[in-house]
Amino acid sequence: MTDSKYFTTTKKGEIFELKAELNSDKKEKKKEAVKKVIASMTVGKDVSALFPDVVNCMQTDNLELKKLVYLYLMNYAKSQPDMAIMAVNTFVKDCEDPNPLIRALAVRTMGCIRVDKITEYLCEPLRKCLKDEDPYVRKTAAVCVAKLHDINAQLVEDQGFLDTLKDLISDSNPMVVANAVAALSEIAESHPSSNLLDLNPQSINKLLTALNECTEWGQIFILDCLANYMPKDDREAQSICERVTPRLSHANSAVVLSAVKVLMKFMEMLSKDLDYYGTLLKKLAPPLVTLLSAEPELQYVALRNINLIVQKRPEILKHEMKVFFVKYNDPIYVKLEKLDIMIRLASQANIAQVLAELKEYATEVDVDFVRKAVRAIGRCAIKVEQSAERCVSTLLDLIQTKVNYVVQEAIVVIKDIFRKYPNKYESVIATLCENLDSLDEPEARAAMIWIVGEYAERIDNADELLESFLEGFHDESTQVQLQLLTAIVKLFLKKPTETQELVQQVLSLATQDSDNPDLRDRGYIYWRLLSTDPVAAKEVVLAEKPLISEETDLIEPTLLDELICYIGTLASVYHKPPSAFVEGSRGVVHKSLPPRTGSSESAESPDAAPSGGQAAEQPAVIPTQGDLLGDLLNLDLGPPVGGPPIATSSVQMGAVDLLGGGLDSLMGDESEGLRSDVGGSPAMGSGSGFAPAPSTAMPANLGAPLSSGLGDLFDLTSGVGTLSGSYVAPKTVWLPAMKAKGLEISGTFSRQVGSISMDLVLTNKALQVMSDFAIQFNRNSFGLAPAAPLQVHAPLAPNQSVEISLPLNTVGSVMKMDPLNNLQVAVKNNIDVFYFSTLYPLHILFVEDGKMERQMFLATWKDIPNENEAQFQIKDCSLNADAVSSKLQGSNIFTIAKRNVEGQDMLYQSLKLTNGIWVLAELRIQPSNPSFTLSLKCRAPEVSQYIYQAYETILKN
Amino acid sequence: MCFQQKMIHSLFLINCSGDIFLEKHWKSVVSQSVCDYFFEAQEKAIDVENVPPVISTPHHYLISIYRDKIFFVSVIQTEVPPLFVIEFLHRVADTFQDYFGECSETAIKDNVVIVYELLEEMLDNGFPLATESNILKELIKPPTILRSVVNSITGSSNVGDTLPTGQLSNIPWRRAGVKYTNNEAYFDVIEEIDAIIDKSGSTVFAEIQGVIDSCIKLSGMPDLSLSFMNPRLLDDVSFHPCIRFKRWESERVLSFIPPDGNFRLISYRVSSQNLVAIPVYVKHMISFKENSSSGRFDVTIGPKQNMGKTVEGVVMTVHMPKAVLNMNLTATQGSYTFDPVTKVLTWDVGKITPQKLPNLKGMVNLQSGAPKPEENPSLNIQFKIQQLAISGLKVNRLDMYGEKYKPFKGVKYITKAGKFQVRT
Repeated sequence: MTDSKYFTTTKKGEIFELKAELNSDKKEKKKEAVKKVIASMTVGKDVSALFPDVVNCMQTDNLELKKLVYLYLMNYAKSQPDMAIMAVNTFVKDCEDPNPLIRALAVRTMGCIRVDKITEYLCEPLRKCLKDEDPYVRKTAAVCVAKLHDINAQLVEDQGFLDTLKDLISDSNPMVVANAVAALSEIAESHPSSNLLDLNPQSINKLLTALNECTEWGQIFILDCLANYMPKDDREAQSICERVTPRLSHANSAVVLSAVKVLMKFMEMLSKDLDYYGTLLKKLAPPLVTLLSAEPELQYVALRNINLIVQKRPEILKHEMKVFFVKYNDPIYVKLEKLDIMIRLASQANIAQVLAELKEYATEVDVDFVRKAVRAIGRCAIKVEQSAERCVSTLLDLIQTKVNYVVQEAIVVIKDIFRKYPNKYESVIATLCENLDSLDEPEARAAMIWIVGEYAERIDNADELLESFLEGFHDESTQVQLQLLTAIVKLFLKKPTETQELVQQVLSLATQDSDNPDLRDRGYIYWRLLSTDPVAAKEVVLAEKPLISEETDLIEPTLLDELICYIGTLASVYHKPPSAFVEGSRGVVHKSLPPRTGSSESAESPDAAPSGGQAAEQPAVIPTQGDLLGDLLNLDLGPPVGGPPIATSSVQMGAVDLLGGGLDSLMGDESEGLRSDVGGSPAMGSGSGFAPAPSTAMPANLGAPLSSGLGDLFDLTSGVGTLSGSYVAPKTVWLPAMKAKGLEISGTFSRQVGSISMDLVLTNKALQVMSDFAIQFNRNSFGLAPAAPLQVHAPLAPNQSVEISLPLNTVGSVMKMDPLNNLQVAVKNNIDVFYFSTLYPLHILFVEDGKMERQMFLATWKDIPNENEAQFQIKDCSLNADAVSSKLQGSNIFTIAKRNVEGQDMLYQSLKLTNGIWVLAELRIQPSNPSFTLSLKCRAPEVSQYIYQAYETILKN
Repeated sequence: MCFQQKMIHSLFLINCSGDIFLEKHWKSVVSQSVCDYFFEAQEKAIDVENVPPVISTPHHYLISIYRDKIFFVSVIQTEVPPLFVIEFLHRVADTFQDYFGECSETAIKDNVVIVYELLEEMLDNGFPLATESNILKELIKPPTILRSVVNSITGSSNVGDTLPTGQLSNIPWRRAGVKYTNNEAYFDVIEEIDAIIDKSGSTVFAEIQGVIDSCIKLSGMPDLSLSFMNPRLLDDVSFHPCIRFKRWESERVLSFIPPDGNFRLISYRVSSQNLVAIPVYVKHMISFKENSSSGRFDVTIGPKQNMGKTVEGVVMTVHMPKAVLNMNLTATQGSYTFDPVTKVLTWDVGKITPQKLPNLKGMVNLQSGAPKPEENPSLNIQFKIQQLAISGLKVNRLDMYGEKYKPFKGVKYITKAGKFQVRT
């Protein structure tokens, strides 16, 4: 006899029959009836109509019947609140039962009934149960507090349950401790500001003791709670780690991963020189590997986390490559993750093995996996330079298989290999060209076309190849069309004589027959470039492009650090911080890794200490033009935070309005024009050194016929301020009136006793009064930002000028610009928002305490590698050494020593930039020679050129 | 009102044909329609094994496992450790297995009330409550034919009415008052070899996944110590919570008070850095001819480093390429089947006798006109070797403290193929 009989009641009158049975006098019949009701519930049938009848069965001494009724109550109480009240008395009575099992059951069930009226009656029984003599009841009551808090937080606080819960952390029974921690963690999650889990060394000690004795699930709660603790120093961190490591051998993978999280987090505080640090690293590998022999679902979660761990601390698993080798019957989601980690672990030492595996995978059945494997080969080539040749030959082997999707993927990655190692593997182009006809995916076609365009001069029939694509131009996807346009322009610039017709054809296809704005605008840009100045066009289009970086798919370091704090959670599976996706998360707190403790810092990274300049040391990520424009348009033109209010509230209202209306029209036209990527390939973002022309072109001109548009389009130089003569350069026009609806801005930069300012003259050349001025800078290399709002006290009448000195600071956000000293500015008035860019002389950033100690100077000079040294000539300067010295000192370039070697004067100088970058200089002056030699050494060699410009500016004025 | 449910909100059990045959909600009821996202993913994955274990939907997350042809789909509403949920779901499946002898749709439907009682007992407000089978069995008695007959006559119930004693002691895994007339302790050392062998027969990757499964039927509160001849082999071990970690760290002895009945004492991994012996070799020749819609198949299996023991229970399965229509093969030993729908070739070889190596060869018929298959099928090999732990692990002795009687002790070794793949 089985429970399936409960499903067999006839549909007709089912409820009615059950009702009769529930009200039967026979105990056994009643129980059977309740079981039938529960059975219906399990398959989602609505049996809520039986509520009063089921509740009537509650008063029984049969525990099984009682449990079944409780099950039913929990499901339906919400929909029948008034009826649920009927049950209260029984609950209260059961909470006094001599059997602890029944006491616990009652308090537990009551907490699950989410009806406000019931919760009032719950308080007293709950208070008793929290102090019950039986730990089983106490631990159940602890969880009940969390349930009640979810229903009525205020009630829980008023009743003082939170304090009772905190006391339970010191309970003698580890299970009670674990549940109290779990309940408090849950409550704390909804009250991020509250100090519920006030962790201190004493409470941590209690938790660590309970950790050894409680159930596996309790261990997870405790470990997750420990992970939120911030040890006061490295010694405390180490002692916690020591007590957590045994958890790595637990059979429950969730315990293991929570322990890994605690260790990964606290390890951050340990010095790498410590023996213990090495021991810990070694201990972390085996449990992570063991997770991979578990069920596939567990493997998947483990792999997603290992992906993070490998990025943060690659040394942990560097010898474990083989465990990530793919088995053919792994589920696809495991295969793809393993592949990803294999590439992250690939190094010169294991690349041969990895490649052999990848080649094997490329012949598997699963298309998605095969594609990813082929791409992986390309990523290996880009990551491990020594293996590039091998990878290329492996890819060629794969191309020979002629399996369509393999060939296409191979071509896409070979394009990237070319971008990393230009002019190295063109010998394979012939093989690639053989497969031209089989390419039917846009990405592969675009890649092939890019290759043909890039190496047009070495492919004899490049024109024929590209022409063949041109026939079906309109049927191609945008990606291919854009690439074709660029490739043919490149071809034309390389072989102008034979390809004139071709280029005309593609330009007219792109500009006249296409309604895709990107394509049309790029077409126009090329056309205008080519017709105005073919030499300039060549310089722009064929300019040398920066190499692509090693690993483009790495998680950004601050996000990675945050995700490490979320190891084992959903965030770690999605690789997104919880704030980005968890619904209804009330006030998610951003977690961060603890800082390494002070003492070890300098010992560990001696080379980072003196320079430390964030701007110059950031990886050379080249922002796309689209990004730059986006940044500018997103500028908030309200007054800077902390500054005095700019004007009355009505003015601010105006500003909001302006932004709304003005930007819409600007965005529409401008972004189209600038987004299309000149010179580079669309797939790779802007690789060219082509400086963006920030919004000097009038939107109207973009769509205008060629003949009239040209002048405006290339009249860019007038908008760019240039460096000029003196310490404080005379003002130049930054924004001509014709570009700013009558507002003319000229200006310069100065530095006086430690403060930088931007000296501006605003002139109103329009016929109407201007008011409501505001200014904002885009992110820039040194974080320059206005220190106060732009104060124009009275409205600016027509033909009037006003001089303003705008104080600047260097605490704004930083983004590397090209050129380094480029500053993009937005100015707003009552008419519109205007953008311009200018270059600032670097000497405004030289700080007053830039004089280095002699000894320090010598040591640093030696310490900076020779390849960071840059030499420049300063010509036509007739000053003598002392005059030079004092002149430079005025601009915070300090002479530390002067020597005379064989009749030449050698000046040793130092200066420091606002962001802490030190620059050391050696200036050689020969009495008879007006040409000085300047050698600069700096840990951020990118700045040298601009320092030299500053020298020249200062010395010649 | 915003509900925030920690951990598992609801559970749905779904069979392979996509019917939801059981649902359990720990808080408010979540509509079955949430499973539509799961079905969508299932459709995309084609194979049931390929359904991703974590799926996000606009308001919930679905974390699922696939066991014994049943999907256990849990509904999550907030940030939660997915491993926690997955481990818990496996524990639920283990419990069903333990209670009903199998974890199948029929077994679950037949015992739906017990299932419901179990689920309620295992999870409270999303916090796991009692997941140890020893404890659960005291709270809710497993069904037996005898008991259901007795119950229906006497009207007594399946539900224990006293608090399980182990629940709160420091040894929550063991119930008190255990009594046996025959006191026995058995240990099975089971090792599985996971390996990838490449075309040429060399080992790409090999490791041993070992477990010691125990069946302990000892009265009272026995305290056991198990020691090994060569404990150094075990450097990557996961322990049952009963094992005293400190003793292992300092003396390399497994010291524990065991749960009653069957449980996994430890699992361990002997990694590829140590040398893993490969007990069989495979000679293979699988080729497809260009443009002739046929191919050849010739596979021989032989013993290698088997420490003088017999390799038995050998079964080879091969997923042949899609283009294969049929196979005409002759086996010198055992029998083979080829399923033209799934394209799976299974060869049940049996025992390997070194004198006459088993061989399977013949012709492969391909779909005419189809291009020659590019991929080479991997051979999946299963085998068993009795009385051998391939890593060389050996139990030294078992001592019992705390009780007076003399138990009967036994250790059994077995080596099996785990994921053992030969690439061709």
